[in-house]
Amino acid sequence: MSEVLDKVVEIVCNQLSVNKEDVTPDSSFVEDLGADSLDTVELVMAFEEEFGLEIPDDEAENITTIKSAVDWIEKNS
Amino acid sequence: MKNKKALVTGGNRGIGKGIVLSLLEQGYFVLATSRDSTNFDMSHPNLKLANLDVCDHASVAAFQKIVSDYDPDILINNAGVTKDSLFLRMTEDDWDEVINTNLNSVFRMTKLVVKGMLKKKWGRIISISSISGSMGNPGQTNYSASKAGVDAFSRSLAKELGSRNITVNSIAPGFIQTDMTDGLIDEDITKKIPLQRVGNVEDVASLVNFLVSEESNYITGQTLVVDGGLFMK
Ligand SMILES: NC(=O)c1ccc[n+]([C@@H]2O[C@H](COP(=O)([O-])OP(=O)(O)OC[C@H]3O[C@@H](n4cnc5c(N)ncnc54)[C@H](OP(=O)(O)O)[C@@H]3O)[C@@H](O)[C@H]2O)c1
Repeated sequence: MSEVLDKVVEIVCNQLSVNKEDVTPDSSFVEDLGADSLDTVELVMAFEEEFGLEIPDDEAENITTIKSAVDWIEKNS
Repeated sequence: MKNKKALVTGGNRGIGKGIVLSLLEQGYFVLATSRDSTNFDMSHPNLKLANLDVCDHASVAAFQKIVSDYDPDILINNAGVTKDSLFLRMTEDDWDEVINTNLNSVFRMTKLVVKGMLKKKWGRIISISSISGSMGNPGQTNYSASKAGVDAFSRSLAKELGSRNITVNSIAPGFIQTDMTDGLIDEDITKKIPLQRVGNVEDVASLVNFLVSEESNYITGQTLVVDGGLFMK
């Protein structure tokens, strides 16, 4: 696993109170992991903080799965 | 309650000052603002002062750093102005100044504190509105619109943040003796108030004390009236 993936999974598990075992790269925050709309905003905030990035709102909208988060972060850091 | 930190805008005089003093007395830490913090005639080990003009973007930007270091649990949006005149005489500048100071400021200040509250999963956002926002008042089209806006803002935000244990309420005072009402209060007004007196800043501050405490855990999205019975729905 990449370091970014590890961190993203950790943040998602914390924020959404889910177990690591239940999370795959394709897991959707809302559909599979039970996030509400505020959770998705908070997740983006947590990613920004952890990786020292600023994720523009229109791109944040497309970050809906573990994989899409990891891809965006790897591309932009 | 212990060690909770409150940010109070316009804390140097009037209702804001009353709120600051009573929060300090209850053991809270307070960050109080004024447009000129040399205006403060109080000091306390738990009181921190800062300059802030809620209408000035540069001032708000400079204040942002202070707020994120302070990381308040409680926000009291108190700064406000009146610019009364009959609608026919009201200028667009009068309108803009009041909406900007009383309503836009609430947007700006809440933006500064809400992330920290989300992280803590605890927060209190309280804005000082006015009964003028619900009952209307001749000469105050700008002011009542700004205060009704604050009430409505609080209801929507209360729904957004409820799941994170952050409550959002507004307080609507009637006539309170401060610089703002200086010269407006006469016997005719007192007679219309069922409790037969104008309010003092402590009347508002004691409601704030209740709303910031754990005692008010189950109250959100409300406009609480403190007016001696002047306005009844
Ligand atoms: N008094 C009443 O009967 C009454 C009734 C209903 C609601 N209210 C509301 O209660 C709140 C406090 O009123 P008050 O009676 O205590 O009024 P006040 O004595 O006139 O005090 C107003 C406070 O707001 C601050 N302020 C004004 N414009 C500001 C700006 N642009 N940026 C930052 N601070 C600013 C002032 O700071 P400076 O000293 O720097 O000017 C002052 O601390 C207001 O929101 C008011 O609408 C009052």
